Amino acid sequence: MAAETRPKRPFRWHIAVFLAPAVLVYTAIMILPLAGTLQLSLFRNIEQHQVFVGLANFRTLFGDPNWSVGFWNALRNNTWFFVIHMVVQNPIGVMLAALLSSPKLRFAAFYRTAIFVPTILSFVIVGFAWKLILSPLWGVAPHLMDLVGLKSLFTPWLGKEQYALTALSLISVWQFVGIPMMLIYAALLSIPEEVIEAAECDGITGMSQFWKIKLPLILPSIGIISILTFVGNFNAFDLIYTAQGALAGPNYSTDILGTFLYRAFFGFQLQTGDPNMGAAIATMMFLIILGGVCVYLFLVQTRLRRYQF
Amino acid sequence: MTTKLLTALLLGTSILGTAGLAHADDVTLNIESWRGDDLAIWKDKLIPAFEAKNPGIKVVFAPSAPTEYDAALGAKLAAGSAGDLITCRPFDKSLELFKKGNLADLSALPGMENFSPVAKAAWQTDDGKSSFCVPMASVIHGFIYNKDAFDKLGLKVPTTRDEFFAALDKIKADGTYIPLAMGTKDLWEAATMGYQNIGPNYWKGEEGRAALIKGDQKLTDKDWVAPYEELAKWKPYLGDGFEAQTYPDSQNLFTLGRAAIYPAGSWEIGLFNTQAQFKMGAFPPPVEKAGDTCYISDHTDIGMGLNAASKNAGAAKTFLSWVASPDFATIYANALPGFFSLNSTPVKMADPLAQEFVSWRDKCKSTIRSTYQILSRGTPNLENETWVESANVINGTDTPEAAAKKLQTGLDSWYKPGK
Repeated sequence: MAAETRPKRPFRWHIAVFLAPAVLVYTAIMILPLAGTLQLSLFRNIEQHQVFVGLANFRTLFGDPNWSVGFWNALRNNTWFFVIHMVVQNPIGVMLAALLSSPKLRFAAFYRTAIFVPTILSFVIVGFAWKLILSPLWGVAPHLMDLVGLKSLFTPWLGKEQYALTALSLISVWQFVGIPMMLIYAALLSIPEEVIEAAECDGITGMSQFWKIKLPLILPSIGIISILTFVGNFNAFDLIYTAQGALAGPNYSTDILGTFLYRAFFGFQLQTGDPNMGAAIATMMFLIILGGVCVYLFLVQTRLRRYQF
Repeated sequence: MTTKLLTALLLGTSILGTAGLAHADDVTLNIESWRGDDLAIWKDKLIPAFEAKNPGIKVVFAPSAPTEYDAALGAKLAAGSAGDLITCRPFDKSLELFKKGNLADLSALPGMENFSPVAKAAWQTDDGKSSFCVPMASVIHGFIYNKDAFDKLGLKVPTTRDEFFAALDKIKADGTYIPLAMGTKDLWEAATMGYQNIGPNYWKGEEGRAALIKGDQKLTDKDWVAPYEELAKWKPYLGDGFEAQTYPDSQNLFTLGRAAIYPAGSWEIGLFNTQAQFKMGAFPPPVEKAGDTCYISDHTDIGMGLNAASKNAGAAKTFLSWVASPDFATIYANALPGFFSLNSTPVKMADPLAQEFVSWRDKCKSTIRSTYQILSRGTPNLENETWVESANVINGTDTPEAAAKKLQTGLDSWYKPGK
């Protein structure tokens, strides 16, 4: 093609055409509902009519102890849920990935699949299976602990206020540990051989090779995993709902934002749903997640050092 | 857009579903219900019995799933495609339909005089002036016990609280059986089978319930805290790890013969009859001293109303009058042991366990669950809070007084009686 300079470039329709499907689908199933939720949270149903009330729903949520106690409790529980994932799931995921990427390991493909399988199981299956495993009546957990003489340590974890949330967090860790493992595994495999060889030439091998060479190289992946965990945990709902029910017992000790939202929005038993208050809670969840992601993007992501090979 | 689509779909199913059944001159009545389990009973027993007596009226029972019923019914009513007859949930859900004009006023329906005021309360306006559903069935609370276990241990059926706890002590000392099959994991067991089961004896049934609604009594009063004190005493008699024991766990513990007493609702009868390999008996919640008036929770659970937009209102009223008749009550109560007719005429039932339950109506006074009428309209929801607090009391997380105080504070925050 001759490089003639035209006075006016024709509008490049193909860009719009190619973008259209994604934009339309994303708008229809993400942006519109989100806007709808935000709008709903500013209204209130007064005598069968939706009336604009400004921020009154949020004032109720934070000012009325009937709502605020539940909200702060849910937020606290949710934070603990997230902390457990960060300190248990992600380090174990990194460790498993490091072990898997070791060339000496046999049956690596088998382990990789076995550890990843729970991730694709339905929450319902995971919830019920663990409820049965931990059941004090017919569960295998008390029997297995009896075999190794630890029966005295068994308690009905899911029914005790002080343990239930931690137990559920660990169940969730069990289910999802495959995801950080896979991501880190992929990151480890992408480290070029030359880098490793150079390290070996310098006498860095074994554990110190992992700490000094590989870990800095996979830090961006760990950052991504952390943010995925954060978003996933603050949106969690299914596991608690299947294992503990919508009231997130005992005594709301496993209530997280998702279950709190569910009860408010859809109601439960004799409690009638209040979509407006539900939307207010959903908006808060959105803001919390948005805030967390922003902190990551602007404060952490920009400071991470990236290495180009 | 989605509502329209849903409406169109529902409309489509309702037309297609009934198209083949309508005959030239016959009137066809459609029944909306969530009781899919009862489909066979309606098709094989109830509807033929009605049609034999009322030629020219055809009846179709068209249930939907329990979890979808309320939403689906709402959409159908809005679209004008709902059936002529509507199975009513108790209290606020049906009251809302009546207020919206979806349910017709049935106060003057022939047959309504067959029901006591308590039976009708679940489907009345708050002032009790208009009734909008015919009461169909209630469930009664009490205790089901393992007769074989009682015989083996030489136990008598307890009638007073002291006898009840003496029996529990004996079962516990023997060690073969878990004294009480109940868990707190699912929360509602503690509230429904616990608090609402033994409570009426303390707060004197309807008297206390009405006083609570009027605001003359508070949940922190002695009569309302005392059931919690008794519940707290149940803790040592529950099975190991009851904190994580779910409702199906409790059912299995009892039907496998591993537990002696099951705090029950009569709806269990059907299932227990098929699963338990031993003889069972039942006793009402024990009273304080022998000879005291006993009170039972005879909770209205299901009724039937008339779609205000029905084109066959005349035929539908004929059907509802039949539902209010002893004939219907006899067939229904026998087909579904444990769901008792609310009809004032005593119904003959073949099932001995069901007979035992219903016999309490003669010697005890009936009431309904204290939290259901009016008191669970606001936030926090009294029924849900009662679930949580009942479990807390049994688990020892809260003292009875603390639990009662929390409930009353929650109720006070939105319920202002006398307004």
